[in-house]
This record gives sequence, C-alpha cells and structure tokens, in this order.
Amino acid sequence: MDKERLLWIYRKMQEIRKFEEKALELFEADKLRGSVHLYIGEEAIAATVCSLLKDTDYITSTHRGHGHCIAKGAELAPALAELMGKATGYCQGRGGSMHIADVTKGNLGANAIVGGGIPIAVGGALAAKLRGTDQVAVSFFGDGASNEGTAHESMNLASVWKLPVIFICENNGFGISTPVKQSTSVEDISVRSAAYDMPGYTVDGNDVLAINEVVTKAIERARKGEGPTLIECKTYRWLGHWTGDPQVYRTKEEVDAWKEKCPIKRLRNHLLENKISTEEEIQKIDEEVIAAVEYAEKFALESPEPDPSTAMDYVFYEN
Amino acid sequence: MSRKSYAIAIRDVLAEEMRRDDRVFVMGEDIAEQGGIYGCTRGLLEEFGPDRVRNTPISEAAFVGAGVGAALAGMRPVVELMYMDFAFVAADQILNQAAKIRYMYGGKATLPLVIRGQQGVGRGNAATHSQSIEAIFMHIPGLKVVMPSTPADAAGLLRTALRDNNPIMFFEHKILYNTKGEVPDDPDFMIPFGKANIVKEGKDATVIATSQYVGRAEKVAKQLEKEGISVEVIDPRTLVPFDTETVVNSVKKTGRAVVVHEAHKCGGVGAEIASIIMEEAFNYLDAPVIRLGAKSCPLPFNLGLENAVVPQEDDIEKAVKSVLYK
Repeated sequence: MDKERLLWIYRKMQEIRKFEEKALELFEADKLRGSVHLYIGEEAIAATVCSLLKDTDYITSTHRGHGHCIAKGAELAPALAELMGKATGYCQGRGGSMHIADVTKGNLGANAIVGGGIPIAVGGALAAKLRGTDQVAVSFFGDGASNEGTAHESMNLASVWKLPVIFICENNGFGISTPVKQSTSVEDISVRSAAYDMPGYTVDGNDVLAINEVVTKAIERARKGEGPTLIECKTYRWLGHWTGDPQVYRTKEEVDAWKEKCPIKRLRNHLLENKISTEEEIQKIDEEVIAAVEYAEKFALESPEPDPSTAMDYVFYEN
Repeated sequence: MSRKSYAIAIRDVLAEEMRRDDRVFVMGEDIAEQGGIYGCTRGLLEEFGPDRVRNTPISEAAFVGAGVGAALAGMRPVVELMYMDFAFVAADQILNQAAKIRYMYGGKATLPLVIRGQQGVGRGNAATHSQSIEAIFMHIPGLKVVMPSTPADAAGLLRTALRDNNPIMFFEHKILYNTKGEVPDDPDFMIPFGKANIVKEGKDATVIATSQYVGRAEKVAKQLEKEGISVEVIDPRTLVPFDTETVVNSVKKTGRAVVVHEAHKCGGVGAEIASIIMEEAFNYLDAPVIRLGAKSCPLPFNLGLENAVVPQEDDIEKAVKSVLYK
C-alpha cells in the first residue's frame, strides 16, 4: 500500500476517534440526546475499506455508523451537527446519529435496524450491474446482524445474481450484552460464505494491512463481475453498546487487553518502524484532526435548531 | 381506446414505461418465464431480457430491500409481490426503510420504488393470501397508497406511479384481473394521485368504496335508482394522498355517507374516512356515517364463510337505506 493511502487511513481513523470522543463528551454534558453508538476501537475497518472505494461506489452502514460515514466522505461539521439535531446537520435534525447518509458520496445510509442495510447494499450493486458500470457496494454489518434473515437472504441473492457486493461483518464480540458464542452457530462468521458459494475470509479487524489485503481481492472480484465476498473482521468495541450501557457482560481486564491492540496505535507504529512516515508528519495529521473536530464542535454548537414549522418537510418528494 | 383486462392494462403500462425509461425494471417471484401468477408481466422477459425482468428467490425482505437500494442508487424498480400479504415478510424494508428514508435523510435521497401486487378475497386462498392490508401502509407516513378499481384506472394510476419519485404501494385485486374495460391508448395517459373518481353522481347519499367494492357499490346504486334513491359513488383511487375535497363536497351535498371496503372494518381505512367526514362536514350530516368492512376474523377458506365475513351487496343496500332512515 502506498504511503499516501496509509496516511489517509491514519487520518480517517483519527477523525473517527476524535469525532466520537467529542460526541461522548457532548452527550455526557447533556448537549446531545438520543442514543449514540460508538465505534471506538473498530476504526481500522471503515477507514481501510473506504480507502479502497471511489465516491461512486456504495456503502450501507449500521446503527454504529459514524465511522463508515466519515470514512466514506462525510464532513465532520454537518455530521456532528446532525448528532445534535441541528438544522445544519446532514439530515437537518430528522435522522440523528443513526441515519447519516450522503447519496452523492455513495453513502446509502446508516441504518438503525439491525440488518436493515444489507439488502439495500445489494440493491446498490444491482443498480450498478444494470447500468453496466464497475461500481461496487459494501455492506457493513455486525455480528448480531449476521443472524438476521436479511443477511442470509442478501448473501444468497447477491450470489445468485453475481452482484458486486462486499459483505463486511464487523464482529466486535457482543450483540448489546450477548456474547457472540451465545448467539451465533459458528466460531468464524466467514464460514457462512460457503453456504452461498462465495469466498469468505476472517481477518484481524484491528490490522489495516490484513484488512486491505482481503478487501482488495474482494473488490477486484466484484469489479470483474465475479460476484460477492464475505469478510469477517474480528474486532472489539471499547465502549458500551450505547453511551449508558452498564457493561455487566465483560471485565475491565478484557477491555484493557483490547485497548492494547488499538488499531490507530498499531498503524502509527507501523508507519514509524518502517520509516514510512515521521513523528512530525503524524503529529501534524493529529493536530489537523483535532482542529477539524474543534471546528465541528463550534459549528454544531452555534448552529440553529430546525424550525418546528418545517417538521413535515421531506416526507414526500414533491413531484 | 382499447378494450382490455385489468391484468393486461397493467402489463401494457409496464412494457410502455420500460421502453420509455431504461431505469425501469421489474423483479419478483415467478415474473419472468411465467409472467407472474396472474400474467401481469407476461411477455416482458422476451422483450426486455433477463436483466430487466428478474425472477427472484423467495426472499421478500432481500428483494424488496434490493428495490429500495436500487431506487436510492438511481434506478426505478418495480417489485411485484405475488400476494400483498407477503409484504409482511418484507415489512421492515417497506415500513422502516422505504417509507422513512427520504425523511430521515433530510430530503437528501429520492426513492422511486413501486411495490405492486394483488390482494383480497374471491379465490379461496384463505387467511394468509386473502387479506386487504392497505390501512397499514396508509398509517405509516412516507408511502403513497394506490387502489385501482378498473382497467383504465389501473393503467392511468400505474403510469403515474412509475413516473413518481416516491415509494408507492400499488394494491391490485385478484378478482379484478379478468374484468375488462376501455383503456386510453395514449402512451402518456396518467391519472393524478389524490383525485377521486365520482363513479356515479347522486344526491341522496354518498357511498365511498375502494377496489372491487367500487363496482359492487355502483351496482347497488343502480338498483336503488329504481327505488327512487339517488346514490353518489366515489372511488378515492389513492388513499395517500387522499382527496378529502371530493369526498367532503359530496357529503355536504348529500348529507349522508356510507364507507365500504373489503379490509377489516376495525382500524380500517373506513374509520379514517368517516373521521375526515366528521371533522370536515359534521354540520352537514343528517345521519351518522356507516362503515362496512370485513369482520374481525381471519379470512376463511370456505366460500360461504368468506362471504359471511366480508360485506355483501345487501349490506351496502341496507346501509344506504339506514342512513336515509328507510
């Protein structure tokens, strides 16, 4: 992977991390309502996958979707404004944390229903196939969604129709409080690909280089019209399922052990140890990201609330 | 004008719109070689090929969801549900996704998706294949709900649906497929949504009927004419948007209203229409509005039992006489 892309991935991971730390801070200060599902600890997946996509490629995301949105090109300021329900937010305060979308950048949307986005990604891929373009669609979903009917129906449909879909299962170990072992029939979710006659891979979801290797193959296969791939990225969510999660289902030791495997630190070390980049260069990125998040915070806080008289806007497209 | 069946009217519009706009494609169960179990897509495979006329696996959630995704990605999918009852299998994709996406995204997405198929009684399909489920889709904001009652309406409303940029539930009726009528040949023949059809003018009472009950109400109205009772029959044609003005103006004229549909009376569209009349024309009413709809019972298999559950023409006649205190 070239330096430029590695640094892009590093920057996106930091943007996601700092954006979410800010979201948590705002939530705890009661400046943000609803539920916020944080992606901290899982950033390598969204950033690496999206580094391989073009603006014209599609993604669908999940309730834990800030990372995918940012990596697929969402700007931090309107994204944070949306988390605060402001008029300047991506959805003008109608969607909130779990519904950020930007179709112009190929983001067909975060999705608050577990498994809800998977068939929608298949539809994006179908559109590409019908138009005869080489666009691909990535469906991000979690270990929990891998047990939804939509996951299985969608993998079958994409395989039967040889659609350019990359199914990215982010296995972070828990569906809310339920460990994967209690909910899922297989140790490695990727083995389910065999049932749908597509390649399947399980990779370390905190390892940018490992993710890059298999996703590159999957995208190539999709662009060539050879069909879908299932990739399971094993990772861990550092924080609770949502901001108020008491986390009775795991120990502090377990969480701390995973924090040692921080994907951002890991990439940083890789960049330095292999002399791909320098401390100064990386620090400059960190500073730029912090400044961007500070700007986003200021923008979001100072943005107006939506006008209540517009509550009914956008129910329908006015033909 | 050409005389054709309701099913052929639908097929012809699908074909014409597929010729006109290459973003339009159809998918559903057994719609390609077989042309759909009621023939609404017959011949399309031969003309448009397997890319645009797609047999799906029996995976309603996946292929309805794929319709949502393809629409978001710039196509204009038409998804056929073999029975509208199967919409419940894909309920999340219709009610949580298609209906809400444009709103949730702050207007930044367009979702031109037509989900069409047949529903209703009449062929002994029993409880899970005979329902009339339109009220559920009227209840959830974000979907347009269309119910054609004649071949011409099926053609004009379907073309409007295919050129609309919103998700649309298009409810056909299985026993209407073989009914024949005159359909305009104009390749741009469209019936606007939200424009009720005054099927028959009258001055004594208004009957608002949907789908197959439009024809049945018209038949009753003609019988009552012989008894000197002048009934106005209105077909809303679309439930969302709903033509409040035409209904309310009629009730202001007649002072009496009966609403009849095949769907269950409890929580049905008739309750909504009766309430609209109450809210908008209370002072004009000379009698309480009567609602007719299926009893709160799953649709039975046996024909006698089925007829005992859904409204009959006798019931419509009695209801009209009742609002006239006759």
